[in-house]
Amino acid sequence: MSAQPTPQQLVEKALELSRADGAVVIVDAETDANLRWANNTLTTNGVSTGQTVTVISVKNGATGAAKAGAGVVGRSGVGLDTLEDLVRASEQAAADAGPADDANELIAGRVAADWDAAPEQTGISVFGTFAPALGEAIEAARAEGSLLFGYAEHTLSTQYLGSSTGLRLRHVQPTGSVQLNAKSGDRSRSAWAGVPTADFSDVDIVAVGRDLARRLDWAKRRIDLPAGRYPTILPPTAVADLMIYAYWSSSLRDAKDGRSVFSKTGGGVKFGESVSGASPVKVTLRSDPAEPGLECAPYVEAYNSDAFQSVFDNGLELGPTDWIRDGVLTSLAATRRTAAAAGAPLTPPVDNLILEGAAGGAGPSLADLVAGTDDGLLLTCLWYIREVDPQTLLLTGLTRDGVYKVEGGEVVGEVNNFRFNESPVALLSRIAEAGETVRTYSREWGDNFNRTAMPALRIPDFNMSSVSQAS
Amino acid sequence: MTVDESFLALPLAELAEAALTRARDLGAEHADLRVETVRSQSINLRDGHVDGVVDASDAGLSVRVVHDGTWGFAAGVVLTADNAARLAEQAVEVARVSQPVNAEPVVLAPEPLHGEQVWVSRFEINPFDVPDTEKIAHFQAWSERLLRHQGVAHVDADFQAVQECKYFADLAGNRLTQQRIRSEGGLTAVTVDEQTGAFETMRTIAPPVGRGWEFFTSNAVFDWDAELDALPGLLRAKLAAPSVEPGEYDLVIDPSNLWLTIHESIGHATELDRALGYEAAYAGTSFATLDKLGTLKYGSAVMNVTGDRVVEHGLGTVGFDDEGVQTQRWDIVKDGTLVGYQLDRRIAQLKGLNGGRSNGCAFADSASHVPIQRMANVSLQPAADGPSTAELISRVRRGLYIVGDKSWSIDMQRYNFQFTGQRAFLIEDGELKGQVKDFAYQATTTDFWGAMEAVGGPQTYVLGGSFQCGKGQPGQVAPVSHGAPSALFRGIRILNTVQEAGQ
Repeated sequence: MSAQPTPQQLVEKALELSRADGAVVIVDAETDANLRWANNTLTTNGVSTGQTVTVISVKNGATGAAKAGAGVVGRSGVGLDTLEDLVRASEQAAADAGPADDANELIAGRVAADWDAAPEQTGISVFGTFAPALGEAIEAARAEGSLLFGYAEHTLSTQYLGSSTGLRLRHVQPTGSVQLNAKSGDRSRSAWAGVPTADFSDVDIVAVGRDLARRLDWAKRRIDLPAGRYPTILPPTAVADLMIYAYWSSSLRDAKDGRSVFSKTGGGVKFGESVSGASPVKVTLRSDPAEPGLECAPYVEAYNSDAFQSVFDNGLELGPTDWIRDGVLTSLAATRRTAAAAGAPLTPPVDNLILEGAAGGAGPSLADLVAGTDDGLLLTCLWYIREVDPQTLLLTGLTRDGVYKVEGGEVVGEVNNFRFNESPVALLSRIAEAGETVRTYSREWGDNFNRTAMPALRIPDFNMSSVSQAS
Repeated sequence: MTVDESFLALPLAELAEAALTRARDLGAEHADLRVETVRSQSINLRDGHVDGVVDASDAGLSVRVVHDGTWGFAAGVVLTADNAARLAEQAVEVARVSQPVNAEPVVLAPEPLHGEQVWVSRFEINPFDVPDTEKIAHFQAWSERLLRHQGVAHVDADFQAVQECKYFADLAGNRLTQQRIRSEGGLTAVTVDEQTGAFETMRTIAPPVGRGWEFFTSNAVFDWDAELDALPGLLRAKLAAPSVEPGEYDLVIDPSNLWLTIHESIGHATELDRALGYEAAYAGTSFATLDKLGTLKYGSAVMNVTGDRVVEHGLGTVGFDDEGVQTQRWDIVKDGTLVGYQLDRRIAQLKGLNGGRSNGCAFADSASHVPIQRMANVSLQPAADGPSTAELISRVRRGLYIVGDKSWSIDMQRYNFQFTGQRAFLIEDGELKGQVKDFAYQATTTDFWGAMEAVGGPQTYVLGGSFQCGKGQPGQVAPVSHGAPSALFRGIRILNTVQEAGQ
């Protein structure tokens, strides 16, 4: 195999080779750098470069595009000489698949102004100032007899999407995060923070380390509490965990089929119904590819068809979308086909998520919420969240790395961990107070869903189902 | 059985020579090269119509070094000698940049030289040789068979197959070429009560297997016909079943459910890297810390658990791991006591376990990721002359018989867990009654295994497992099998999940 061709060359050549009735070619050029540490020392690290070519071929049925089939084949390490085999495999897959339920005309062409630009790249040097600062944070931890664990990763993906209908779209997506976990030397106390970042220039890891040291101090006083329902402040990261899962459960098709929390009894979807119930806080849950600091692909990028997306919709423009507006369900994740079948708005999923308790995301800071708490719990984050019952969207999971007892507006000690059983949809009707919406990193799902902005939420009766001995 | 020809046609020896020579010239104490091609296919059907067919092939190479006592790793996709040498340089550079953060020099446990070896997993029909039309038609026919039944509103069908080809070369002189095949599939039926809006689902309980397409075309390993015949009736009964009364119950747990409890509460808890803290910030640690080896009462005296990477058709089975270590079988829990861990070469050396030799549990999910200590097939052993499932049920006055896995969650030290299942039947005075719904069992690991009164005999033993075990950062996904007999547990807490939701 000779040197790698450019992504644009691969797109044009694949479209030229295509004998299908329509084709979408997606080339993803990705570079990644990561560092991992534990027990105050480096454990693993690495850099990687990858380029994947995905060819989606469309074969019309006897009656044309309405009965088309689609075949998707993706391969890494493809050169111009091995491209034809990939294109033919995709055409065969389309013929074999037969008519698709989501069959549709491909999206008509538009050409990105920066189509000709090369892929952007990251490398180990992205940690040039971060790594020494991490060394400093580790030194500080060592001096206090505590241990640091964690992970930093930076990915730069450049996507080129071309189609037989003339689409030529390019999108550059930086994604980065740092997770830092501090433990006391005997590992009985543990604290955590996650920081999302696009380029690491805004990460002050020494300050994060100091904050964790303060939390380890909070934990020096240990208070045992039994299972039960407690007034609880969920910090933004925990709210992100719960809202991302609700978002992933928001397919219009499943709701229409009567098998989701958003299905209406007797058929139909709960559009226009209140999700806020008796709560004084009427939340808005929304996405926007142009949201400052959370920018993501402004068009549909679908590598397979499922309840959420359709490969036929590739390149469809995305815009600001309200899923819940002022406490009322307004949209669910739709494809052109499912939206048309349900007579619902065409609102495909977008790769960011924002929850607001008040207009513009205004609200008190987390510190203010703590200061305004007479008696309650402050969580650090959630962990191992799984669906228990799709009907209510009941989720189970654990608290992790610090459940703090708040009395008289101040943290007075650390409580044991709990297993919770709660539904994110039910929680929306029990919000007592919402904080300011801030950029946050979901500990549970951040690997797959990085871009969120969430408020802290005060829940008067969060269901801690049992005690976990984990510390 | 031979390795895929297109993989053998790659310039493997040339890549090894280029990467290893450069790494040695740059002063690496250890260097290895991995070339991998992972081919995968997924087919999804909704109500018998094709939802998506996706084929992917991930090919790449990577170089891992130990340089000046520090790991370095670099991965790429261009399979040329030039690029292999460049990756070796990058890996050394990564080690240099990382060195200031490394306080613990890396030393690898010794491993006998295996030289040139070829290993191929056993299967009859390579799923990638079967036309897509045939695979789609097979699952369409099964979908339609379920949809014909009263009460079945929707049917999801899924099929997935993977073929992994791997070449490993290191400075010690190993040249290991391996291939394995795995596949999984199932159908999920949905019923909706139009009056109340209530819905229930039920999925087939066939395990994922280290086998080929033959698994789906006969009832020899899994009785598909029996399962598909029973599923609609079981689903209707589940929708109509009473909601479980919460409280303490004796449980007879079927292997189709128990494998996942083994995975979460024993498999992950006995990964030594977790016990040492390497996963502390992410997957978590373990209550089963090294100081408890040989003394921790993990469970009752009937509890015997092995780790292996050698059982035929096991998803974690392979000839050699990604550090060139020949795979093995060993004890993890013996007569209820913790006696062993899963190891890689670094931590085997660090702690001197297994006579200072790794037991072959280091691997990566692709060439682009670094090998880490991953899970072996971890299995609960049956009793040699043990009882049947029906005999176990006959010993219960008030209990549940739980079949099939569904929801699962466990804490970061593997103490507190909660599982549901596909279906549960009430047991009264030793006899199976009808189903109950909305159940979950919740327990602490050592309490749960301590409450295990009996394990079934070999006739109840099934090799279950998953394609989707997640660990590490960047995240890696691994397949793993878990064998289990049916087993009887006394006095386990059962929750009602509707009450938990506050409804």
